[in-house]
Amino acid sequence: MTLDLSLLPDGGIPWITASGPHADIVLSSRVRLARNVAGFSFSPRAHDAERLRVLQQVREASSHSPLLASAVLLRLDEMTASERRLLHERHLVSKELAELDAPSARSGSAVLVGEEAALMVNEEDHLRLQVFRSGFDISGAWERASRVERELGERLPLAYHQEFGFLTSCPTNVGTGLRASVLVHLPGLVLTQEIGKVLTGLQQMGLTYRGLYGEGSDVVGNFFQISNQTTLGRTEDELCDHLARVVSHVISRESEARRVLSRDAGYIIEDKLWRAYGTLRHARSLAGDEAMNLLSGVRLAVGMYLIGGLSVYTLNKLLVFSQLAHLSLAEGRALTESEANVARARYVRGVLAGEAGEA
Amino acid sequence: MLCNQCKERDAVVHLTQIVESAVTQLHLCEKCAAAKGIETTVAMPKHPLGDFLHAVQQQAPPAAGDQVRCGYCQTSLRDFRASGRLGCAQCYTAFEGALRELLRRVHGAAKHRGHAYAEPEAAVAGGVTEELEALRERLLLAVVAEEFEVAAVLRDQIRALE
Repeated sequence: MTLDLSLLPDGGIPWITASGPHADIVLSSRVRLARNVAGFSFSPRAHDAERLRVLQQVREASSHSPLLASAVLLRLDEMTASERRLLHERHLVSKELAELDAPSARSGSAVLVGEEAALMVNEEDHLRLQVFRSGFDISGAWERASRVERELGERLPLAYHQEFGFLTSCPTNVGTGLRASVLVHLPGLVLTQEIGKVLTGLQQMGLTYRGLYGEGSDVVGNFFQISNQTTLGRTEDELCDHLARVVSHVISRESEARRVLSRDAGYIIEDKLWRAYGTLRHARSLAGDEAMNLLSGVRLAVGMYLIGGLSVYTLNKLLVFSQLAHLSLAEGRALTESEANVARARYVRGVLAGEAGEA
Repeated sequence: MLCNQCKERDAVVHLTQIVESAVTQLHLCEKCAAAKGIETTVAMPKHPLGDFLHAVQQQAPPAAGDQVRCGYCQTSLRDFRASGRLGCAQCYTAFEGALRELLRRVHGAAKHRGHAYAEPEAAVAGGVTEELEALRERLLLAVVAEEFEVAAVLRDQIRALE
């Protein structure tokens, strides 16, 4: 099968528009619900026939869900590794479901991509429903996720226990099965060395953090994914509200750090950020992490109104489209790492030259 | 064990105080410990829950109950302790006691307070049929593997559904 991303509503990345609140600091808000279909072993334990039956039941149920009826079904088990990587780079499938290093994904591994929601099938749990929103909008994400979940639950018998709630493969997700997270950009707190305190504080508040691509990914480019740590014993609203309260505090700490930076280290910061911009504008080869770190600098410069004429949307687009599988797609062939570095630099130069004008 | 202070939540912080020669033990829940200004979080592991779960599993003495198997998917408590993953929804019933304790440690609670759910009566066409089919397939596999005890459990489940 050839993967045509243009078929996906909003390319599967509606959050990229930067139209949501605080979009310069918060890239996206996400709510994920883990669910399993009653009567089957959980996906990792299930044999292929069971996994395929789960997929078939999910398709049937989602065709009755108004929010998923027009969703596009993508079968990962029929895709090449680079096609699966593309979906992973768009945050539509997890590393586990994409099985990036395997020649093929397991039978029944799939993702349904709709306008408001995406549904991973046969990941660690049969269903991983995800709703992404641009900027800081956890309640908007939760409201949509809960609507889709109700629609599916009316058709699909879900694994539920009176005492433990929704049952999941890993007991760390049981109960609500809800993981709410925000992807935040915190260069101010990193530069003022306040970040350690903030991250320790998060943990004491029952939250946790990860890198750009979730569990097991490194923190690159000052991007942090903050989410709730526990899923049982509190209501969905309590979990979302708590995260929202703490994150809005983190946002104001970040804004404060940026004010301190421009007051106490004005020209040093300005010079550093312009140099990042200069490198992106003129480099002939850019490694992935290097580009991410430089883009972080430019993003901060735009947020501090040091560089004009560049939109946050462009910066989001650069983050997604400068990744390996996206560059390979644009070039029409699989790129080696060094070829990708050259293609990345060319792509970034082109976008910045077209957008920035007199920046 | 309940917290000495609030007598409501489970104690997770255990303090031994020695004042002159008198030794007192204090058991507190996270909230009361925090109220007393006792730091409960020191390290910052990359995946706090994963590490915690792993540590709990490593500490747990191998009990006789480790051999208990889920009648549906055949996962044993030992398998679960090794992988941190349960095999199916029935595992939660099979290992209820052990899980309740674990959930309390991991989440600070063992009772779901979120949305309640009732299985739809008219689930996807053939919900029960599907389940029956899956059970029959398992029964066949169990018989082939000569796991007759499992087969008996599956047979009863099939009868109940029929």
